[in-house]
Amino acid sequence: MTLIEEHPANPAAGDEDRPIGYGRLQRKEDPRFVRGKGHYIDDIVLPGMLHGAILRAPVAHARLVSIDTTEALARPKVLAVITGKDLEGLNLAWAPTLSADVQAVLVTDKVRFQGQEVAFVVAEDRYAARDALELIDVQYEVLPPVMNARKALDPDAPVIRDDIEGRTDNHIFDWSAGDEAEAAAVFAAADVVVSQEVVYPRVHPAPMETCGAVADFDPIDGKLTLYETTQAPHAHRTLFAMVAGIPEHKIRVVSPDIGGGFGNKVGIYPGYILAVVGSIVTGKPVKWVEDRSENLMSTSFARDYIMQGEIAATKDGTILGLRTQVLADHGAFNATAQPTKYPAGFFHIFTGSYDLKAAYCKVTGVYTNKAPGGVAYACSFRVTEAVYLVERMVDALARKLEMDPAELRLKNFIKPEQFPYANKTGWEYDSGDYEKTMRLSMEIAGYDELRREQKEKRARGELMGIGISFFTETVGAGPRKHMDIVGLGMADGAELRVHPTGKAVVRISVQSQGQGHETTFAQIVSEELGIPPEDIDVVHGDTDQTPFGLGTYGSRSTPVSGGAVALVARKVREKAKLIAAAMLETRPEDLEWEKGRWFVKGDPSVGKTIAEIALGAHGTVALPDGVDGNLDAEVTYDPPNLTFPYGAYICVVDVDPGTGHVKVRRFIAVDDCGTRINPMIIEGQVHGGLTDGVGMALMEIIEFDEDGNNLGGSFMDYLIPTAMEVPTWETGFTVTPSPHHPIGAKGIGESATVGSPPAIVNAVIDALAPYGVTSIDMPCTPARVWAAMQGHATPPI
Amino acid sequence: MQVSMTMNGEEITREIEPRVLLVHFIRENLGLTGTHWGCDTSNCGTCVVLMDGQPVKSCTVLAAMADGHDVRTVEGLATAGVLDPIQQGFMEEHGLQCGFCTPGMMLTARALLDANPHPNDTEIREAISGQICRCTGYATIVRSVLWAAEHPAELVTIDEEVGA
Ligand code: FES
Ligand code: FES
Repeated sequence: MTLIEEHPANPAAGDEDRPIGYGRLQRKEDPRFVRGKGHYIDDIVLPGMLHGAILRAPVAHARLVSIDTTEALARPKVLAVITGKDLEGLNLAWAPTLSADVQAVLVTDKVRFQGQEVAFVVAEDRYAARDALELIDVQYEVLPPVMNARKALDPDAPVIRDDIEGRTDNHIFDWSAGDEAEAAAVFAAADVVVSQEVVYPRVHPAPMETCGAVADFDPIDGKLTLYETTQAPHAHRTLFAMVAGIPEHKIRVVSPDIGGGFGNKVGIYPGYILAVVGSIVTGKPVKWVEDRSENLMSTSFARDYIMQGEIAATKDGTILGLRTQVLADHGAFNATAQPTKYPAGFFHIFTGSYDLKAAYCKVTGVYTNKAPGGVAYACSFRVTEAVYLVERMVDALARKLEMDPAELRLKNFIKPEQFPYANKTGWEYDSGDYEKTMRLSMEIAGYDELRREQKEKRARGELMGIGISFFTETVGAGPRKHMDIVGLGMADGAELRVHPTGKAVVRISVQSQGQGHETTFAQIVSEELGIPPEDIDVVHGDTDQTPFGLGTYGSRSTPVSGGAVALVARKVREKAKLIAAAMLETRPEDLEWEKGRWFVKGDPSVGKTIAEIALGAHGTVALPDGVDGNLDAEVTYDPPNLTFPYGAYICVVDVDPGTGHVKVRRFIAVDDCGTRINPMIIEGQVHGGLTDGVGMALMEIIEFDEDGNNLGGSFMDYLIPTAMEVPTWETGFTVTPSPHHPIGAKGIGESATVGSPPAIVNAVIDALAPYGVTSIDMPCTPARVWAAMQGHATPPI
Repeated sequence: MQVSMTMNGEEITREIEPRVLLVHFIRENLGLTGTHWGCDTSNCGTCVVLMDGQPVKSCTVLAAMADGHDVRTVEGLATAGVLDPIQQGFMEEHGLQCGFCTPGMMLTARALLDANPHPNDTEIREAISGQICRCTGYATIVRSVLWAAEHPAELVTIDEEVGA
């Protein structure tokens, strides 16, 4: 069922010190983690368990000529070697992707990216499985690869997906949003138009724990128990039922503790399917856990967008319109995980935080000989790319107009009284007071003082830059009438039981990868029912124990599942009222609620606590008609709209003129995520995202050479910030509750990853102004910055 | 071959393949899964343990090389059921999210505090600079270590009580 309630503004939001309900609270999951008692995928050991390892293709594009597994099979401790041919027999060689394409589980005809899965060995231990990989003899006929999206649509480009009948090119889709004619008219009449290419290179979420699975198929009752590093256990179960033909009630997906996900653990990877096949074939549980190179080379990458941006404005700095043409590299299979109707995710939020007269975007998706994926790394379904584009364009306009970038933004923000605001590409922004947040950020930064300091330093030849980004996200997908993934509406369920002693258990459909759901969701129930958070158990990550829902990604846990949990608690509260009335021998309408207790209006001393009511419900109290003997409820929450968190970020960098090395000296992040459930956890989410931002802006990139070799396939090459590369973060917040969300919360998990890269890059460009630099693409490594200073900036793709 | 070492204060001896990495030995032979692994190239530090009191990346040490040494893992941080201040500090200051890097971070921090009971921000950052956390952004890890530095006495007092 669907429940939608109006939510009054929550005056308590932001309060740091409330023992019951919202406020700073130590995490309930921490005691096990600090003792080393977390239970991650590779910690699972089942009796008789075998180990799987995947042989991967050394080249990016090649016909498979032959595979000889004889020697590998003859090796002691090896139980099975599975190839694409074997899978063809089981009708499992290809699996559907989350974007209506198919992906090879094991290569049958042609290798399409370096690192693609070629064969699967099952052996008694990890080392034996790896040893056997060396003994598989594969012959390839190497083909020229397509490594540059800009060349993918050339008439003479090799056709990558010749497995799809009738396909003669590498084009996947064209998709557009906004009114092209309206935008053309606005641009034609504008005083100023600035154009610029903005590239968001390919990066990787690289959670510290790689992906893996333990499959345990019981041949007697036909039940599959699948332990998996998944952010979406229920969606995976349904998909496994569809792919493997195992009835859904015979599949249990368990997602144990997850060592970080960031979108990397949304997709269904060939390794998971192979573990299942391995278990069916051998009759024993099979564990498969990828190593780091496999993770970086084959699982869901992120971004890879080449964007041609244009911004139109009047002479005095009124922004009129935005336009962009995007070339989207989806790799060898279209396997992005996003709502069906939106092949470019929510990229059409690229209108940002500004009141525009027109906007138009067109996205073209292409195949290349790179790993599939695309929607990952805390991107909120491509909001990352959108925010990066608009915030780079606004800065480019500020430079052109010689206006201060803060002033230009303040002049063009959507005003508080314009909300709910219908933008030009179909979104309805729910709420915001952008100027307030921007001014707070400038105040914390000491913006005017920073500009003075910069002036002095410039006079001395020092390179200091100040960069701003003001982002608006659209998260919490989504209303099921608009949003589904492979036909599954994007709603989430919650079940709540209050036990006879007043302790409770809440079961949710989303899965934490470190976000602290066991704490946050307990706090939501606590706020609604007055039960202390420590008395509320949060169950998640097991499809046999939790209600259906689509899982954790796109910052949707609090917006969707949080809504479900608040509403299920309110349902219990209403039921408690009826039972309390019966216990107090009064009418329900004569009762009033205070946190944890119903009491008689006008006589607060007469009342019943939730614990007393729970005991009553399960006890011998004569229950009113239609009220059954428990204090339980369930809800599926279908959000009426998405939520629109936003923030104002200011970055200060120093660039070494001798080396091009960029140092992030300060970073100020002021976020507005609506109602704040646990400020400590929110701050942690922001800190983590800012660090991602530094990584992408300065260090991280998955590059390829022309032959198709992945140049970012290990942590030696794919550089992630350590404690030395990031400053001590400075954070602040404003609170503008979402008017349509049950508790006014908007989601925070990806805000900083989305919002920070443009602030950093804008700061770098600002620092390099004395060299006449007006654009640079990520990552701003010393070599790339140095080249830009010499007037040789080149795009990474 | 046979290896013997002191693991979290206990003498152990096991028969192993000579090529077995210490991280696999700890996790698979001894079942101490609090020590993690996260890369193939000695870069991530999720596998850090203390060998003779010094942080080492256990993916880069053969179990055979630990023969005769004193090894301490996250499971050996608490004494007599009482948390080390560093464990308490990580909980107080939100020094962890997914918890995957946490054992390694805490062990490095323990070694740092043993050598330098009052480290500053830079010294803490340098100490953990061979380790990656993808979740926290490090500031809260720094705060956690500072918390532990400011509360060393707690362990001592409670320990004495337990010992008494
Ligand atoms: S596992 Fe990455 S450094 Fe040891
Ligand atoms: S807490 Fe997740 S990697 Fe550090």
